Amino acid sequence: MNWITNYVRPKINSLFSRREVPDNLWRKCDACGTMLFHRELSDALNVCPNCQHHMPISPRERFKALFDGGLFVEVPVPDPIPDPLGFKDEKRYAERLRDARRKTGEHEAMLVAEGEIGGLRAVCAGQDFSFMGGSMGMAVGNAMIAAAERAVERKAPLVVFSAAGGARMQEGILSLMQMPRTTVAVQMVKEAGLPYVVVLTHPTTGGVTASYAMLGDVQIAEPGALICFAGPRVIEQTIREKLPEGFQRAEYLLEHGMLDRVTHRHQLRDELAQILRLLTKAPPRSHGDLPAPGDEQGAPAEGDEA
Amino acid sequence: MRNYLEFEKGLADIEGKAAELRALARSDPQMDVEAEAEALDARARKLLEELYSDLSAWRKCQVARHPERPHALDVIQTLFTEFTPLAGDRNFAEDLAIVGGLARFRDQPVVVLGHEKGADTKSRLERNFGMARPEGYRKAVRLMDLADRFGLPVITLVDTAGAYPGKGAEERGQAEAIARSTEKCLSIGVPLVSVIIGEGGSGGAVALAAGDRVAMLEHSVYSVISPEGCASILWKDAEKMREAAEALRLTAQDLKKLGVIDRIIPEPLGGAHRDREAAIAAIGEAIGQMLDELSGQPADALRQARRRKYLEMGRKGLH
Ligand SMILES: [Zn+2]
Repeated sequence: MNWITNYVRPKINSLFSRREVPDNLWRKCDACGTMLFHRELSDALNVCPNCQHHMPISPRERFKALFDGGLFVEVPVPDPIPDPLGFKDEKRYAERLRDARRKTGEHEAMLVAEGEIGGLRAVCAGQDFSFMGGSMGMAVGNAMIAAAERAVERKAPLVVFSAAGGARMQEGILSLMQMPRTTVAVQMVKEAGLPYVVVLTHPTTGGVTASYAMLGDVQIAEPGALICFAGPRVIEQTIREKLPEGFQRAEYLLEHGMLDRVTHRHQLRDELAQILRLLTKAPPRSHGDLPAPGDEQGAPAEGDEA
Repeated sequence: MRNYLEFEKGLADIEGKAAELRALARSDPQMDVEAEAEALDARARKLLEELYSDLSAWRKCQVARHPERPHALDVIQTLFTEFTPLAGDRNFAEDLAIVGGLARFRDQPVVVLGHEKGADTKSRLERNFGMARPEGYRKAVRLMDLADRFGLPVITLVDTAGAYPGKGAEERGQAEAIARSTEKCLSIGVPLVSVIIGEGGSGGAVALAAGDRVAMLEHSVYSVISPEGCASILWKDAEKMREAAEALRLTAQDLKKLGVIDRIIPEPLGGAHRDREAAIAAIGEAIGQMLDELSGQPADALRQARRRKYLEMGRKGLH
């Protein structure tokens, strides 16, 4: 744990959510309609206790539940040129970005962090669907590159949680160029002999699926996640027929051989810890060994923020 | 009978009149129409110059999609010798939307790949209008591996509206196939030269275009999404495609300024479809020069430089 004291302390504020506490303390399950107490839902990592529907979770919330002791350090991501095309549809891109920042409290659609998962050092990148649909622009490309570089530097595995409606159209061709850019990032990790694991979450579509999200050494998806290149509406318009039930959902992809596993969010942490330890030839850990998030000694109490 | 684009209507009228006059004169040798016809020719030429000297982004999309524009097989049959098509992905099918095989370019053995849209109704249907399914991209991966194994440069001719959005294509892993093809472009230790000859449509184009050198024909386009698609999503109105085309900066000229492509290949007056031979010859010149720039480099240096090129892309904006 020495490295944590070395690296974490100056930036420990990454522990705390910047999101505002919602005014309404109840939330309705998108799938079964059950009214859920906000606290109950967030304790369950936004999985409905009634029907197990997986609702979106922010990368910051996910990381708090993923890394040992809820401790992680944000990996800095270089800022790209803002609004490289001077794009404007009915609204200016610069304005859309500002709104997304205000709404989410995040700077961009991908958060990169490092910490330990079950005692094993790992770098994680999480895509934030609530930030402009998680769309992949220069910033997401830079985040993937920063994550890959940090993984190589630390000789640590890289785990990516994908979630995106596709490319950031407002960056035009430069968003398309993130497909080769992020692919180069994946190649850096693979060529360093390090595991690259992808967890596909709802929804992962378009150029994101067609680049780093489908190149994992191990491909895991959350239950019910929509995973596709072309979305169901585009396909229905093209072929003029209704698509079968469950088409392009995680379970359907698993059946068609496109995924290794579909894993419930509550089991994901243990499963990732196990897979990463197996791939890096680390010794096994008995189940009780895994420090649960929040139990870790030395985790600062809320309000410790300097 | 020439296909005129919507914005070429005035041109169609003038050229039509000239043709009518000459037809009349043929049926009645007494008539002397040549002076009048030549005046019309001159007017047409002047109008063509005006129209094509300042094409809007949307007009360029139309030119790029012109049915008589030279397609991949036209380019291959003119510029390459001993073209030996190689078929199939070895898993499921042969996808005719992507053609590829061994050939010689100026005596040098190469692997050539391209999206082929087809030239008539039958071939367009067979080739799915150049919109590939996973098998097309898996064939491309296979042929790039072949090139890598035998040290042959790869030349790709990009011309697709995008990868096919179909049920089977999705079931068989369209996204994964595109990702692997892009990855292969970035892995091979032989030169990879790409030319966008018509439409560079989204991921389906990138999968063949992540090369050491990328050139575009002067009036071709390369974009993350079609103007129609972008308009319907961002403007909530597919009819706003002109605005979307403009905003997306999808022209060769803008892409060169952004550092996304390396060179622009000039087209004959009135677009590649008006003088296909000249357009194809210009493509050949560009491919030759780009291959020369890359020749003699060791595999690892090529790979490193290619990856650096993409990592560094987007350091400049366009305002
Ligand atoms: Zn529910």
